[in-house]
Order: sequence, then C-alpha cells, then structure tokens
Amino acid sequence: MSTTKEKERPKWDNKVQYLLTCIGFAVGLGNVWRFPYLCQIYGGGAFLIPYLIALVFQGLPLLYLELAIGQRLRQGSIGAWNCISPMLGGIGIASMVVSFLVSIFYNTILAWVLWYFFNSFQEPLPWSSCPLNVNSTGYNHECEVSTPVNYFWYRETLNITADIETSGSLRWWIILCQGTSWCIVYICFIKGIESMGKAVYVTTTFPSLVLTIFLTRALTLPGATDGLVYLFSPDWEILKNPKVWLDAATQIFFSLSVGFGGLIAFSSYNVEKNNCERDTLLVGIINSATSLYASISIFSILGFKAKNNYNSCVSQNIISLTNHFDIADQNITLDNYMDWVDYLNQTSPSDVASLDLRTCDLNTFLDQSASGTGLAFIVFTEAVIEMPGSQVWAVLFFIMLFSLGLSSMFGNIGGVLTPIQDLKLVPSWLPDEVVTAIVCLISFLIAIIFGMGSGNYWVEVFNSYVGSVPLLIIAFMEIIGVVYIRGLKTFKEDVFYMTGKTPNIFWVSCWMVISPVMLFVVLIAYVIIQAQEHPMYPAWNPDYELFPQTETKPYPNWVFAIIILLSTVPVLPIVLVPLYKLIRYGRTGAPAEANPTPYFNEGFEIETQGTRN
Amino acid sequence: MWKNTFFLFFILSACAEELCKPDASNGYKVRLSLKTALGDDAYTWNKNEMFLFQSTLAFAMRTSHTGQSYEISNIVVCNETDRVSFWFVVTSPGNPTELVENYIVEEAIRKSRHRINSAFLLTDKTLEFVGILPTLATPVSYDTPPWLIVFGVLMGIIVAGIIVLLASSIVKRKRKTRRTDEEEADEETRVKTMDNGVYNMSFSVEDKLTQM
Repeated sequence: MSTTKEKERPKWDNKVQYLLTCIGFAVGLGNVWRFPYLCQIYGGGAFLIPYLIALVFQGLPLLYLELAIGQRLRQGSIGAWNCISPMLGGIGIASMVVSFLVSIFYNTILAWVLWYFFNSFQEPLPWSSCPLNVNSTGYNHECEVSTPVNYFWYRETLNITADIETSGSLRWWIILCQGTSWCIVYICFIKGIESMGKAVYVTTTFPSLVLTIFLTRALTLPGATDGLVYLFSPDWEILKNPKVWLDAATQIFFSLSVGFGGLIAFSSYNVEKNNCERDTLLVGIINSATSLYASISIFSILGFKAKNNYNSCVSQNIISLTNHFDIADQNITLDNYMDWVDYLNQTSPSDVASLDLRTCDLNTFLDQSASGTGLAFIVFTEAVIEMPGSQVWAVLFFIMLFSLGLSSMFGNIGGVLTPIQDLKLVPSWLPDEVVTAIVCLISFLIAIIFGMGSGNYWVEVFNSYVGSVPLLIIAFMEIIGVVYIRGLKTFKEDVFYMTGKTPNIFWVSCWMVISPVMLFVVLIAYVIIQAQEHPMYPAWNPDYELFPQTETKPYPNWVFAIIILLSTVPVLPIVLVPLYKLIRYGRTGAPAEANPTPYFNEGFEIETQGTRN
Repeated sequence: MWKNTFFLFFILSACAEELCKPDASNGYKVRLSLKTALGDDAYTWNKNEMFLFQSTLAFAMRTSHTGQSYEISNIVVCNETDRVSFWFVVTSPGNPTELVENYIVEEAIRKSRHRINSAFLLTDKTLEFVGILPTLATPVSYDTPPWLIVFGVLMGIIVAGIIVLLASSIVKRKRKTRRTDEEEADEETRVKTMDNGVYNMSFSVEDKLTQM
C-alpha cells in the first residue's frame, strides 16, 4: 500500500532570522521616504506624539494579534482564517489578493531603484548635467527649464507621457530592470524561508549601516544641523489639526505592514511555544526607531542640500553685483554679502533694483521637501551630486533603498506563496521552486504595464488605492473576527498556551475596544477624505504653461472605474465567502472539521488554565 | 623730425583712445575672475599681464585672419577696473584708425579660446568675453552605456546563482527519493493516511526499535 507523507512544515533556523524577517517586512521604503516628510510638514517633534499614541494603541495590538494567530494556527492567511471561522476565510483571500497586487507595483519601484543603481557607476553622474540639444548650440530645452535631476527622472528614466491616458510604448530599459528585480526576489525565495532567512541577514541590517554612514558623513557637511533643527523644532499648534492624527494613524498602520498576511505566514513557521508578545514589542519598536533614525539621516543630508542651494542663490547675486559694479573679484563673500547690499542700496539703489536680485531664504530651501519617489530620485540625487565622491554615496543610497524594498517584498511574496502551499492549490508533484517561479513570472508579466510611458501614473494609482482602504478594512475585520467571532476567551487561552501567560489588561482593552474604534474612525475618515473630491494626479507635461510645475489633472472616468475596482475587489471575498458558505451549507452550518489541520483536530484537548483543575 | 614723430604718435594714441570706449561698436568687454579661479595662487593683474593679453589676442587675430600681421599696438584696451575688467577693440594693421569687424574678432577668439585661457591659467567661466558664448563641452559618450555593463554583471551572477540552487535541490531530491524507496521497504508501523483522515500529530510515530 502506498503511503503519502506529510511534508514537515518548514521552520526558521533560529529566532534571529524570524525577527529580522518581520522587522525587514515592516521596515520598508515608507520608513525612509514617508515618515521624514510627515515629520517635517506636521510640526517636527510634535508629530511624534500622535505617532507614538497610534503605535501603542493601534499598531502594537494589531501586530500582536497577527503574530499570535499565525503562530497558533500554523497556517498562512487563508488557512488561519478558515480555522478561526469558516465564515472568515474571505479575510485570508483578501489578504492574498492585496499582497499580490502590492507586490506587482512595489517591485516596479525596486526596478527604478535598480536603474539608478546601474547608472551610478559613471563619472560624472548622468543626472548632474543637462544633455545638449539637437544642434549642440545649447542645452536640451526641457532640461534647462526644469533641472537636470528632474530631466533624468522624468525623461531619461521614465520617458513619461503627458497624462495617464497616453500609454506610450514600452520602455525596454525599465522592463530589463524589472526582470532583474524579479530574478533577485526569486533567487532569495527559491527555497522558501530557508533561502529567504539567510537573505534577511543582509537585507535587514544593511540599511541601518548605510543610514549610519550617511549620518556620520552628513554631520561633517555644512548645513546638516540646520536641517535637523528645522525638522525637529516642534510646532505644537499643529496637533489641533485632525488631519495630523489621521496621517499618524495611517502611517503607523501601513508602516507595520499588517493585513498583508505576510506576518501571519512568517509566524506560522515558528515553534509553537514562542513569546510572541516580546516579538511584537521588538518589531514595533524597532520599526519606529528605524523611521526616526532614517529621518535624522535624511534630514541632515537635506539640510546640507538646502544650505548648498542657499549658497548658490547668494553666489549668483554676488556675481551680478560684482559684474555690474565692477567690484574686485571675491570682495563680496557669502559672509559680508548683506553688508555690501546695504551699502550699495544706499549709494545706488536704482542700480541694485535693476539687477533683480533673487531673495535667498534658507527656510524656503529647507521647505522644499518631498516624499516618495520624489525624495529618492529627485531631491536626494541632487544632494548626492554636491557631496564629494558622489558615485560612492549614490551607490550606497540605492543599495540601501533596494534592501529596504526587497525585505518588504519578501513579506508580500510570503503572503501569496504560503497560502498557495498550505491549501495545496497546486498539484503536489510541482516542486515549490517551480511554484515560486510561476508566481514570479506571472507577476513580472503583469508588471510590464508599469513599464509603459504612463507607468508612473499607474504605480501612483495602485499605491494610493490598493495599498490603503482594502488594508484598513482587512485589519478591521481581522480584529473583529478574532475578538468577537473566535472569542477573546479562546484567544487568551491560545496566548497562554504559546507564551505561558495570559495577555494583560492593556492588550485586552486595546483588542476589545480601543483598536477597533481607532481603526473604524481612521477607515471612515480616510474614505470620506478620498471621496470628497474627484481624484487628481500631478502630470509631467512639458507643454504646460507653468512648466516645470506639474500639472494637476483629474483622472478620466475609465481610470476612475479601475480605481473603484482596485479598492473594492480585494475586499469582496470578505463578503462573498460567508455568502457562499451559507448558500452551500444552509442553516446547518459547515461541517465542524471542514479543514482539519495536524494541529487542530479532535485528537486531544489542549490543557489550558481553565481545564487544569 | 622727432617732434613730428611724437606729434603723430600722440594723434594716433588719441585716436586709438577715441576708438576704444565702453559699448564701442566693434569692441568687447573682458572680465577676469582671478581669485575665483586660482584662489591663493592668484597673480596680481598689472601692466605686464595686460601686455600678455594684448599679445595673446594679437596671436589669435593672426591665426584666424590669415594674411594680416597684427601687432600688439593693434589691440587697444581701455576702461580698466578693479574687477578686473576692461574693454578692447582691434584696429586693422593696414589702417590704425579703422576697427576690425566684430565678427572677425569673435571668430578669432572662438578659434583660439583654449590657448587664450591657458595663457592665463583660466577657464571659459573665469575669463569671460562678454557677448561671445563659449562652445559647450560635448558630454562624455560611451560605446556601451555603463549601466548595461553593470546590469550584465548583476544578471550573470543572479542567473548563475539560480541555476546552482535549482541544480542542488534537484540532486537533493533524487537522493531523497532513493533513500525513501529503501525506507518504504521496511515500513509497517507508520500511521497510514486516508483520504479524509489527517496525519495526527497527537501520536508520535512508532520508533523503529519497537518493530516486531
């Protein structure tokens, strides 16, 4: 008689791998290019207050919940939610769909990072100067009107079209980079968590190292302290604005990467008796600490850049004055500039006025911040040109961004592959390596749409609408599902079984009341703000009158329809699955052990506190 | 006779000064930024440097405007300031009262710009001829773009790595199936799984030692 053997569930080599993977998943590009920006626009140090409150009362409880159910139920997201209640299986499917969609566009961003990385091995850096125009009589017009870094990003990297409706042709160089990026993801995931667990030793620790190097370097450059002071000087008035609280809550929520199913997948490979409460605190605190540390590094560099821009502005004025009044070369310096201006204003004010000197204000330059791809590919690349040894800094920066993104990609891919493997959705004769390859290949083929001329606009669409409302809904359903459908008593017993102690009053009150309420408020507020106006997007249109400013255009109706689809289709399973089960099994309900697992069957009862006596 | 010579010279220089004035029709303004270019190594601008300028420019005119032998006296300079900036005009060698057209002067300067710059250890930016734009430096161009080279190296490493890892897992799998085929031969006590049943972890597998 033939026997079928159960494959033993893979597990982590050691606890460090598991922690590094979870931290790597949580710490992503948003920590580097979203948090510093929020800190800056929302009153510096004062923003930390709503941020930390959201972390403690919303982020940590949700994180604890996901890690606990993954570790207890030892299944990926779909299996885990089926275990909790057959009606809640839709949550797992929703997580998987969201993970899949997010991984597609997230990898495109990594492809852009790779492109910049490839281009950093040149002297001079290609974004430091404008190319000549066709006749070689002057510089390229589009580049002259905007800046070389803008031109390199919009024209030479993306070759972007003027609006989202014009698709343009495929940009083969971006497709090559996407292929490379997917191959890197594949090779790290080829043996499941065995290979990925080794990759995270590098991808999770390297960014912190680079941030330290940047910080050390930046502190020796002039202007770094200006940037830091500007970033952290608190503006307490800003706390009265409710948008600050909303943004803090959404930032911590998206930063911790809950709702993707990746955390459930990773903790399912743990040993059963593992202190997940301590893991939660570690992951949550390290995530926020990395955000803070990254903002210090980034802002010291941005302070240097602002100072440089300020000095160039003043130098231009100095040259105008020197040439017009034929003052000896270098008599007017940056230090005595103001004295000279006053003196010249007294002696010949009309001449000075005719020169049309630029007003140079350091704060205006410090205000020119950006978030997202704008920070990485425009602002930071400009700063890097002015640092001595630009190539080294550019290479380091882009490797860091790639590591940050890659470790987050592991979580997304894990959220897709683990349910596939657990539910045996593919025939068992297909080895895991082939399944992983098929998933990567399909994702790559779909991601080709982001390699078109309008690709950047589509990435923005996906980023704003797939990675936001569906996740909030999933997380809300998760917490309701565990606390009220599985039951808090059962969950407390699970935690006792795993960690040896029941969760204390803080966690219980958060799970029962505070976190669901906060999540609900955030969700409703977010939807209302999105729905208030027809969504617009910034387009790079060289024919715009106010070019080089971006033109704000409304999304056309067919794109709007796609937006609605992207926001609702991932969460449809949450509603459809219980409906399907009700119709199929009627009022009698699904058979009790519809999905028995090796750990959850009627074999024997787990000893809990209640049954001890 | 000497008196006449002196008188003529005086007239000529007076005329020359008349020819050279700021915003002269065929004249150009020159601006030097010595401290910006050379920092502490900057030399002071004096009559000798001016002499060098006049001779360099005469050289440029000779090279470009073939057939004409320009002398230093043909380069007339005026309005020197502390900046250091001054105006100059070029007079024709045949007729010292006639100015050379500015397009001829411009062409001469463009042709020998690099030589003029080098004579003063300056660059296009620090030795400005106001009105004559320097030709832009052609950007560096490569036969193969460097990014393709880096891409090729990285892809090569990755593909090699994928092949190695896949090959190693195929070899491991073959070894495992060979071993399990041997193990299945003496399997009697293992818990059999059925279609609806489940491999139950509650019981541990019977140890081989307890085989009867």
